[in-house]
This record gives sequence, C-alpha cells and structure tokens, in this order.
Amino acid sequence: MGYKVSFAEVNKIFDRLQSEYEIWAPKRFVGKGRYSDTDIIKYDKVSTVEEIEFKDKSDYPAKEVLSPVTQSLFYFTEDEFRESKATGKKILIFMRPCDISAQHHQEKIYLQNGGYADLYYQRMNEKVKIVMMECTEGWDTCFCVSMGANKAEDYAMAVRVGDGELRVEVKDADFASYFDNELACEFKPEYIRKNQMEVTVPEIPDKEVLTRLKHHPMWNEYNKRCVSCGACTVACSTCTCFTTTDVIYNENSNVGERKRSTASCQIEGFTDMAGGHVFRKTAGDRMRYKVLHKFHDYKERFADYHMCVGCGRCTSRCPEFISITATVKKMADAIDEIVAEGGTNR
Amino acid sequence: MNNVMKPVACKILDIKKESLHEYTFKVETDIKPSHGQFLQLSIPKIGEAPISVSAYGDGWMDFTIRSVGKVTDEIFRKQPGDILFLRGAYGKGWPVEQFKGKNMVVITGGTGLAPVRSMLNMFCHTPGYVESVTLISGFKNEEGIVFTGELECWKDKFNATYALDTDKKEGWNTGFVTEFVPKVDWKSLGDNYEVVIVGPPAMMKFTGIECSKCGVPDEKIWVSFERKMSCAVGKCGHCRIDEVYVCLDGPVFNYTQAKYLVD
Repeated sequence: MGYKVSFAEVNKIFDRLQSEYEIWAPKRFVGKGRYSDTDIIKYDKVSTVEEIEFKDKSDYPAKEVLSPVTQSLFYFTEDEFRESKATGKKILIFMRPCDISAQHHQEKIYLQNGGYADLYYQRMNEKVKIVMMECTEGWDTCFCVSMGANKAEDYAMAVRVGDGELRVEVKDADFASYFDNELACEFKPEYIRKNQMEVTVPEIPDKEVLTRLKHHPMWNEYNKRCVSCGACTVACSTCTCFTTTDVIYNENSNVGERKRSTASCQIEGFTDMAGGHVFRKTAGDRMRYKVLHKFHDYKERFADYHMCVGCGRCTSRCPEFISITATVKKMADAIDEIVAEGGTNR
Repeated sequence: MNNVMKPVACKILDIKKESLHEYTFKVETDIKPSHGQFLQLSIPKIGEAPISVSAYGDGWMDFTIRSVGKVTDEIFRKQPGDILFLRGAYGKGWPVEQFKGKNMVVITGGTGLAPVRSMLNMFCHTPGYVESVTLISGFKNEEGIVFTGELECWKDKFNATYALDTDKKEGWNTGFVTEFVPKVDWKSLGDNYEVVIVGPPAMMKFTGIECSKCGVPDEKIWVSFERKMSCAVGKCGHCRIDEVYVCLDGPVFNYTQAKYLVD
C-alpha cells in the first residue's frame, strides 16, 4: 500500500513507533566534517523526520548501526565471562539500496561463513527492519548500477521525500496500522538506471593470470599514493573486519571487558603476528588485497556476486583522491596486458 | 542463541619446559580435536590467541606455546591448577585417513614440530598405520630444540634427520632443512608417499620449492599455515588469504592450493 504523509503526520507516526523501535537514519552534523566548515553525515538515532538527511549521501554507511565501530563482547569479573546484553528495542533503519545490498554481504560473513553464526550480529540483525530511501540520482562517485546494487526488494517500507511530505510504500504488515488515517496513494519507489560513473569488473580467466596480476607493477603506484589511513574501509558499506582486544578498567584491575573494534586491512599491523612476522608490508600489497577481495576473492568464495556495492564512499573519503573506479579500470588494463603477453610468451 | 566466541574454563594439569621460550601446557578438557587442528586460548583481561594442539588424549590436551606475545607471556606465568579458557577445536587438520599405508616424509622447522607432534606419535605408536616415516626436523640452535624425549623415541622408529641451522651438536647435522630434502631416498618411496611441511613461512616456501625440484608432485605436499586471528570462525578477516580463511579452510592446505595463495 502507498500513502502520502505530511512531515507533521510522519512525526506523529515516529512518536508511536518509538515505544517499540529505535529509529536510525543518516543525519547531518554541521561543522563536524574533517576539514573546517564542512559537515559530516553519519547514522544516528532520530526522533523527527526533519533530522534525516535526504539530500546528500551519507559519508559513513548504514552498517555502523548493525556492527558498531566498537562493541563489548564480554565483561569480566576476575575469571568470569559475562556476555554483553543486546539492545532492548527493535530497530528501524533508513537506508539507500546500496546499503541494503551491503547487508547481504555482512550476513554472508557474520552469519554463514564457515557455518558459524556470530551472536552479536545475529541478535542485532533479528531486530532490524529497513526503510528504503528512494535513490534515483546518485552522486559523482556512485557506480551502484554497474555492481547491480541499485535495486533492493527486501525492505519493510520505502519512502520518497517531497516538499514537506513523504510518499510511503508499506510492505510489512507490522506497520500497516500506523498508516490507517493517512491518505492512500499509488506509490512504488523508482531506482537509478545510470550513474555518472560506470565500471566493468574484469573477469580473471585463470589462476596463472591472477597470480601475475597480484605481482603486477600497477600496485606499486599505491606505495606512493596510499597513506594507509584506512578511511576507505571505515567508509565501506561491506567491510566487516574487526580486531578483538581485552581491556582492564583503570579503577579495578580485576574487572574488564573483551571488545571488538572495526579493523582495516589497509592499516599497518593488520597481519602482524606475535613473534614479529608481517605478511603485507607495503601500501601496494594492502591495496591489492582489498581491491581483489571486493572484485574477485569474495565472489570466488561465495560463488555469487562481487562484494563491492558501488556506493563510492571509499573514493569520496580518500584523502589522497584514490578512485576505486579508476583502480578497477587499471586492474582491467593489467589483466588485458597479462593475457596479451601470455599469448606471445607461452 | 549459541555464542561461538564464548570460551570454557579448563584447568592446567601440568607444565613442561621444552626450551627457554617454549613450554607445553597440559590442560584438562573433553574437547576432542583432530591432528593438526587449533584452539583459541584466552585469559580474561589479557586476550586470545590461536594455538595448535600438540598432543591429546582422554580428557586432556597439550599446547606447546612460545612466549612471544601478550597472551602467551601471560600464559607462561600460570601454574598447574590455574585456569586457561579454551574454545574450539577449529580448522581442518591433517588428512590422516589419506596418509594410511603411505611412506610419510615430515619436514619441520622449529616449533613447527608442535602441530605434527600428535600425528607423529600416532604413527609411532600405531604399528602398520603408515608404511614408513622420514622425519627432517631443523631448529635454529640448541636452545630452540623442543620435545627432546620424543625426538629420541622417533629416532628409533623413524628415518630421522635432526639439524641445527648453523650451530654444531653431537649426533646432529648442521644446515637448513632444505639441504636435507634432496638426500631423501625419493626413489625408494615409489609413488606411495605424502609430504608434510610445517615451519616459519620462509622455511615452508623454500622447502616446498626444494621438494618440487626433487620431483614431488604438488598434490602430495601438505603444509600448515599460521596467521593472525581474532575470531577463528571466519568473521574477523585477519587470516584471509585470497578466497580462503586459514581458520576455516586451513590451517592445513594441500600445496596445489597453498602455492597459489598470496597474502
């Protein structure tokens, strides 16, 4: 069913929803950007529709709600492990189709990989309902159409923002009663059909080509350009890596907790083992590792689709202006070169 | 909901000093691993680390640990009767069924002997399980030698070569394990053999190359990897190499796969 709802009415619905749900959405933090006089848009709890940033793409992805940057796994009292508690309320998250697609990748890793389900993700995921934000224009770094992530079907509601009103499609019967008194209308969300940026992900024909691509000089460029800050992976809709650390509370060394925090394969130390062994020493090695994961390795493992959803946030956030789309293009050229050489040298 | 990250408390039954930096901790547990698997060992407020099982039996398990990090240093302060937290066992171990009736060539570097120790003892104490065992074990120096008692025992049953990298020791060879690979009587093994290589990354790489030079086909070579891990269940991403997760698909890999993996 579709409805046409004024902001005032939406806020009344939000009020009712909030007895059962936390509402999370992209929110603009004025003046809080990394450079002076710039804003940052990231996910936060909202209580009114006016707080939701509809106009611009969020700098950080929706995954932060489901898998927070840091979270406590266990609390320790001397030698006892006590599991951290889950949030009590259900969660309603406003997200664009790329972020919805990204949740499939998060689920694949957190809930399915190796046949193990991660409790912390699972208990959060079970509480989540999605409100899809219609996205038909995109931004200069987006390439969701190329990645097949411009459309999403699995949402509870979808919204289109208008002048002081929302068009709402209600798919999930749980929400139908909230709209009983609203004006019904025909509404189905539209999707973006063409981005400003297009990418053709190259096919890697065999293991030999893949091995030569891993050792291709194209990656050396990133030794100079990439500063290994990890901004790309923090902004990535699909990255899931984390590191677990135990902490002791200053006031009482018998009490502490085991936490996990978002980790980045781009930052030095990601592979460091006790004893001093390091597996990826250069920025180029780390860039190659990340790019191949997003555009080859993940698909190779799960035999499904590529990991990248084309949200373009990594490109937008890179302080060195490294473009992921340009990198994939360079990779495609390198593969062509390797294949051509193979034809003459073998 | 089951929490795979939650470990169980286990009592330390015994601690044996193998060398200055390597101790074997015998822990009371009902967990039944297979040869070559590993567990996550943890101490609340310090952290967690993946450690391979170096021996196991009814109600107990051995971990041979090198004190090189925050968690392992803390484990070294423990006494018999103290508690260690365990979860696992994880990963794919040695394909011992496939090794039945074979001539085994086992090549280890340093504490790389730990993940094959239980399997070697099984070969040693199960007559007829394998046709023969050729063991090449190298250590950096005399201080690094572990499992002294078993090395003696294996010398009697196996065709064993023990070596120190550069130092001299009576009855021992001097040189890297790679030097002893061509000295294996490969012809006498016919086609009925399998090779196991475990040690530091460089040692495994060059030993693999040396075996290939001796005509060993890739599918007969097995290696065991060690990587940084936070979760051991395919979530944290630290141990991923290409499309494989060392914690799930390894730590034991066949060389046909391992030789293509680039960290």
